[in-house]
Amino acid sequence: MTAELYQRDREWHPPALVQNYKTSLPRSPRNALLSLQGSASELTGPTFGHNDIDAIDNDLLRNYAKSGDPIGERIIVHGRVLDENGRPVRNTLVEIWQANAGGRYRHKKDTYLAAIDPNFGGCGRTLTDDNGYYSFRTVKPGAYPWRNWINSWRPAHIHFSVFGTAFAQRLITQMYFEGDPLIAKCPIVQAIPDQRAVDQLVAALDLNATIPLDSIAYKFDIVLRGSRSTFFENRPEGN
Amino acid sequence: MTQSLDYLKETASQTAGPYVHIGLAPGDAGFDIYRQELGHDITGPNAKGQQITVTGIVTDGTGAPVKDVLIEIWQANAAGTYAGHGEVEDGFRGWGRVIPDFETGEFSFETIKPGAVTGRDGRPMAPHLNLWLVARGINVGLNTRMYFADESAANAADSVLNLIEQAHRRATLIAQGDGTNYRFDISLQGEHETVFLDV
Ligand SMILES: [Fe+3]
Repeated sequence: MTAELYQRDREWHPPALVQNYKTSLPRSPRNALLSLQGSASELTGPTFGHNDIDAIDNDLLRNYAKSGDPIGERIIVHGRVLDENGRPVRNTLVEIWQANAGGRYRHKKDTYLAAIDPNFGGCGRTLTDDNGYYSFRTVKPGAYPWRNWINSWRPAHIHFSVFGTAFAQRLITQMYFEGDPLIAKCPIVQAIPDQRAVDQLVAALDLNATIPLDSIAYKFDIVLRGSRSTFFENRPEGN
Repeated sequence: MTQSLDYLKETASQTAGPYVHIGLAPGDAGFDIYRQELGHDITGPNAKGQQITVTGIVTDGTGAPVKDVLIEIWQANAAGTYAGHGEVEDGFRGWGRVIPDFETGEFSFETIKPGAVTGRDGRPMAPHLNLWLVARGINVGLNTRMYFADESAANAADSVLNLIEQAHRRATLIAQGDGTNYRFDISLQGEHETVFLDV
C-alpha cells in the first residue's frame, strides 16, 4: 500500500466549472467535494504486468498498420513518470490516444471531415521501466475543430492516462507540443488557472532523442501525487 | 529569502474528452487493436462471494444521461482484501472499466460484493466499491463510493458516510437492491447530486 498521499492541490488543477468550456457547465458538481484522509480504498490500486499487454502496443506506427505506415510526421514521445518527491513510478501503466495527422479520431462518434487513416488506430499503451521511463512511437496529431464556440480548435495533443500505485493517484491529462499557438487559445487548456501548470503539459522538442533521418522527438514527464514517508498509525491489516 | 522546497507539482488534469474509449476501450470506439482489452472482467473466474449486477445511469445537471462517461471500479474481494495487498483468489484484480450504452446512457456491470475493509481507525468500513468517473466536460476525474442498501447497520457506522454533513445526501452513495441486482444512479449536478470525494 502507498503511504498517505500529499493533498491534491485543487488550485493547480482546473476547477470543475469553467465558463469558457461549455460542457463543464452541466457536468460540474455544485457541492464541495468531501475531503477524506486516505484509507486502504484510496491508497491501494490495480497493478499490471507484461502479460497484460504486448510489446508492439507502444508503437502507433505499427500497431494498427494494414498496408503501410500511417500518414504524418513521425515522432517519438518519451519521458518519465515521477511522483511529487521526484521518485520514479515504476511498472505503471501508461495509455495514450490521439487523432491522426489530419485531426481525425478513429471513433464511431467522430464526424470531422478530415480523412480516417487506414493505417492508424490512434492508441497505445506501455509500462514504465525501473526508472519510471516510457516511450511511444507515433505520428504528430493534427489540430481539430470542436463545438464549443463556433470557431474553437484544439491544439495538437495526445491524451494520457496514468495509474501510479494508489487509486487516488489516478490521472488523465493531455500533452501539448512546444510552440503551438493554439495552446493559448484553448478553453480546455486555459481552464488551468496557473500558467506554470499549463507549461508542465507542453512537451519540449528533444533533439537528443530523435532518430536522425527518421523521427523527431518530444519529451514529456508526468508527475503523480507523492506520498508521505511514514504510514499512518492505525495501519490497515497486512501493513 | 529561504531555500525552496524541491517537491515537484502533480501534473494538472485535463478532461478525458469524448473519445476516451479509443485509448481505454477501443472496442467501444469501434475497432479492435489489442490482444486483450483491460478492465472487462473485474473479478476473474475464481472469485468467491455473492455475484451481483449493478445497473445505473449517470446524469448531468439537466437530467440528461452522460453517454460518453467512463467509470473505473476498484474494489476488495469478498474477504475485504484488495488485490496486491494480501491473499486473493487467482485471477482476481478487483478493477474494471464500465462504459454505458451510447444510445441510452445506461451502464451495467457484474462483479462480486466486496467484504468490509479495515478503515483508518482500525474499524471496518461498510462494504463499498470505489468509483472514478471521467468524461468530456469533467476537468478532474470524480471519485465516489457505492455502498449497499442491504448493509444498513454497517452503513450507519461507516466512517465515510458519517462524514457527510447533510445526512440526506448519504443516500446518494447507497445502491438499492435485493442482494443480487443493484441500482446505482449518479447525478453530476442538481437536486440529487452525488457526493463526490476528494481522496
Ligand atoms: Fe482530443
